[in-house]
Amino acid sequence: MKLSTNFVKDYVDIDVDVKTLAEDMTKVGNEYDSAGHLIEATKLVVGEVKECKMHPDSDHLHVCKVDVGNEILNIVCGAPNVRTGLKVIVALDGAELPGGTIKKGMIRGQESNGMLCSIAELGLENKFLEEKDKAGIHELPEDAKIGEDAIKYMQMDDGVIDFDLTANRGDLLSVLGMAYEIGAIYDKKVKDIDLSHKENSENINDSFKVEVDTDNCTIFLAKKVKNIKIKPSPAFIRNRLIASGIRPINNVVDISNYVMLETGQPLHFYDADTLKGKLQVRMAKENEKLTTLDGIERILSQDDIVISNGEEAIGLAGVMGGLTTEITENTKNVIIESAIFNPIKIRMTSKEILRSEASTRFEKGLDPNRTYMAIERSCNMLEKYADGEVVGGIAKYDKENLQNREIEITFENINRILGMEISKQDVLEVFRKLGFTATLKNDETILVSVPRRRGDITIKEDLIEEVGRIYGVDNIKGKLPDIAPKDGSYDKVTRGIRNKMIDLGLNETLSYILVNDKEAKMFTKDDTELVRLLDPMTEERNTLRHSIIPSLLKIYEYNKARNVKNVSIFEIGKTFYKLKEEYGENNKLAVLMTGDFYLGIENKAQVNFYVIKGIVEELLEYLGYANRYSLIVDESKMPAELHPGQSAQISVNNDIVGIVGRVHPKLAKEEVYVMEIDLDKLLDKKVGKMKYKEISKYPSVKKDLALVIDKNMTSNEAQMAIKKAAGSLLTNIEVFDVYEGKGIPENKKSIAYSLTFEKSDRTLTDEEINATMDKIIEFAEKKIGAEIRK
Amino acid sequence: MKEEIEKIKQSALSEIEKASDARQLDDVRVKYLGKKGELTTILRGMGSLTPEERPVIGSLVNVVKEELEELISKKEKEYGEQELNRKLKEETIDITLPSTKIKRGSKHPLNRIIEEVEDLFVSMGYDVVTGPELETDEYCFERLNLPKGHPARDMQDSFYITSEYLLRTQTSAVQARTMMANEEKSPIRVICPGKTYRRDDDATHSHQFSQVEGLVIDKNISLADLKGTLEIFVKKMLGENLSLRFRPSYFPFTEPSYEVDVSCFKCGGKGCNLCKQTGWIEVLGSGIVHPNVLKMNGYDPEKYSGFAFGTGLDRLAMFKYEITDIRLLYQNDVRFLEQFDRLDR
Repeated sequence: MKLSTNFVKDYVDIDVDVKTLAEDMTKVGNEYDSAGHLIEATKLVVGEVKECKMHPDSDHLHVCKVDVGNEILNIVCGAPNVRTGLKVIVALDGAELPGGTIKKGMIRGQESNGMLCSIAELGLENKFLEEKDKAGIHELPEDAKIGEDAIKYMQMDDGVIDFDLTANRGDLLSVLGMAYEIGAIYDKKVKDIDLSHKENSENINDSFKVEVDTDNCTIFLAKKVKNIKIKPSPAFIRNRLIASGIRPINNVVDISNYVMLETGQPLHFYDADTLKGKLQVRMAKENEKLTTLDGIERILSQDDIVISNGEEAIGLAGVMGGLTTEITENTKNVIIESAIFNPIKIRMTSKEILRSEASTRFEKGLDPNRTYMAIERSCNMLEKYADGEVVGGIAKYDKENLQNREIEITFENINRILGMEISKQDVLEVFRKLGFTATLKNDETILVSVPRRRGDITIKEDLIEEVGRIYGVDNIKGKLPDIAPKDGSYDKVTRGIRNKMIDLGLNETLSYILVNDKEAKMFTKDDTELVRLLDPMTEERNTLRHSIIPSLLKIYEYNKARNVKNVSIFEIGKTFYKLKEEYGENNKLAVLMTGDFYLGIENKAQVNFYVIKGIVEELLEYLGYANRYSLIVDESKMPAELHPGQSAQISVNNDIVGIVGRVHPKLAKEEVYVMEIDLDKLLDKKVGKMKYKEISKYPSVKKDLALVIDKNMTSNEAQMAIKKAAGSLLTNIEVFDVYEGKGIPENKKSIAYSLTFEKSDRTLTDEEINATMDKIIEFAEKKIGAEIRK
Repeated sequence: MKEEIEKIKQSALSEIEKASDARQLDDVRVKYLGKKGELTTILRGMGSLTPEERPVIGSLVNVVKEELEELISKKEKEYGEQELNRKLKEETIDITLPSTKIKRGSKHPLNRIIEEVEDLFVSMGYDVVTGPELETDEYCFERLNLPKGHPARDMQDSFYITSEYLLRTQTSAVQARTMMANEEKSPIRVICPGKTYRRDDDATHSHQFSQVEGLVIDKNISLADLKGTLEIFVKKMLGENLSLRFRPSYFPFTEPSYEVDVSCFKCGGKGCNLCKQTGWIEVLGSGIVHPNVLKMNGYDPEKYSGFAFGTGLDRLAMFKYEITDIRLLYQNDVRFLEQFDRLDR
């Protein structure tokens, strides 16, 4: 809401500068985006061109002698309409204009001691400029007094504050509402609005009917004004509209906007001769068509409220009038409509079709007293500024309650919630300043009568806020809640996982959960449905991700494009799915690694499958799943985005919790490795208690064993065989070498294991160990066709 | 015989003298004192001596032997040290070559802020709670006194999935969930950090961002409690010397409602670009829980009152680490992420 300070000063006597007013309003909860003046320019005076000659060295410049009151200035001017005898706006030496500072100087050898201005040069927005304002300098009327402040003369010396209002304060979308608010701050009474006008002896109800056929309209008033003269509005109306951001058209249209700004009640003026003696409010028919004032044909639905002439829709109620009944240059007679429509319906229609100054006000709810006030004020102004003749009587439909709302509250209520000790006197003062009537029911209880204009105040907490707002809460002494101390809690496990991943050298990322539908399910094999946005901002982000990996892959590409080749990142975040009409989300951990991992000249390690496998194992063991996990290879269950020969499912307690593997070369040319674990699923898995296990007092014995096995047999299979044969004496088994090539037959490989044997209650004998080794060897040869490499 | 021993001794002494390293010295030891050494041979050959001569010669040989051994050990020690020193010198490396770097990971700045906020409130007895990001209209709006068609819904342009499901626009959704989940309707002290989503994308807004919400419900909770709590919060996060300003505002779920401004930490309140010359920076939305919200979620507003507050964590992270563009938080440039790899002391 852009407020013209001249406008509001009609209703409240204040003498503060624009910035102070804006700051004082902010303190009571009404923030502003900007506070300044309609014309941000200085040193502009009325002048008269006394002499105007062509510039000797130019085909379009003129050299003028301009009388500015106390002196005659030599000024060079390029405007085509400059001429002797013209009254003009003169920017004197040193004048600050939006385009820069005016300085004395020479223009092509001719002295120029100022500038003759156009309206555009004063900084008015383009939409408020007329053709003549763009073509040349502004021509002031002949009666303009030479030497006078030109801005004042044009009545453009106005302050403008652009407020950013809260959604509950619909009352502040009016100059009167602002006046009450400002009055409460500075303790000033709001002046009455002038509604006076004459009415002729006719009665509108004899020739005109209003009919309301929907619950979505609670009050509908119409009055008629005859014989109006269409002409430009007086300067003060035009300038106040411009200051408020509305383009002036002609006196009649301007008055409808002016009164809306003043009272907050949107009005619609019809050309009475285009109507058929009737206005009807009803819901639109499905697909009913209506061409609005802006010339656009709108297709309506049953949820839109329309105004009809009894036959067809002629206006979109509360949003915009129709083209066929609009005020034109030739309009003689006017029907004024002032009404209240269901705010929710207007909101939906305006969201669907278009938002206007009117709909913005209807959406927030209106004061029905103002519905009457606005229609009377329109008559007053049409009489005064359009020479109209007001027809007697009012056509009306009114189901509204005009009574004030009464709320009971105690002083204790107020002080308990604010945590202050405000005196009874001060509380009553606040209500008086706000224009609320407060009556004491007894020592403690006040009955507050709230005017209908403050539709936002319905319960006692609203009154408490008013007291806090106007009295001020700056001097509240902060304290901590007086409640029993206890320990707070938080999710330690997720934090533990995050810290572990960081300890492992990974950088934590944070990516968007919205992705495009093509990548949403990549790296998954789930058969759930996509979760799509109804109305995405871009197609790149139209769906919720099912996996974090595509996000990490994007990050890898982003960094690669910036020549960052070593990327080891992780993210903990949510993924989403839809299953049988139900929506769900999972907490997941994903990792992506590529390039070098350990840096420095000694330990340069190129990331490969075993590095990321190490990350997986380190995490699982850290979480207590040592000996409870395994990697399972089942090509049919792997997502197509992974390398079929370098990927696996991660199983914990015999249930799949995630995947790990290399990104398919089709998707990434370099070697990129990823893993993802469903944390909800994983952390649900049982884990053993952390407790001390006795360390054996007896020495362990280490033996090495190298097996030559088929190339496509996994180390795990060989290891399982060894374990099975060895029984409980074998306490640890580790691979220490893998070899293929010279000395080993083709299609074979050699894997060397280091075996640890131990018994907790005694020292093992050589015989026992040798017997066990023999058993292992025999079993390996027979069961897995291994050969022992000597 | 005596002369012979004396001769051997002199010759050994001169050879010990000449020996220039541990090995030559060892050769001398073998030559004279070894199993087949010259002195040893004399001792072995004592059988041919008379019984009278034997002890005399024996003791003489032993004296010489001891004397030589002592001398050899002494020299050996000297040579050993020289040898060790030479070896140490040989083993000298260039310690200015690069170390074996253990890669250090990093924590995303937003999560650093979240953990910091969590730690602060946990120390004051708050529980950290979470809720779904894919929320229902009921919890995100309706149970917070924002019925369908309410004009304040415009403040938050939402990503809807269906007419009932949406990405939550505010962590306040967790307020209603926490109240509803509390079956005994007992006092509540929680914060809920998390991701939120709105249709907005520019240098200061991201369609995905993070908020933290606080909710306290108990008997006799007042604005003074809210102010005291937020003073601790803001000062801990942004600086001890800052002052707070409560500016009346409007949120459908609180009444009265306040936006909280903090004196500008960049200019100290004099006015600068950061505070748009006002001296104040808006950091929080807050208020006393609206009685409708208490009622709708099963709490009796005549018995209980509460306060709630919420703030954007992205901005807090940007303030704290002087990050100039919110998009940096989501671009995940490794060169950005790596900067958050240390203990923040």
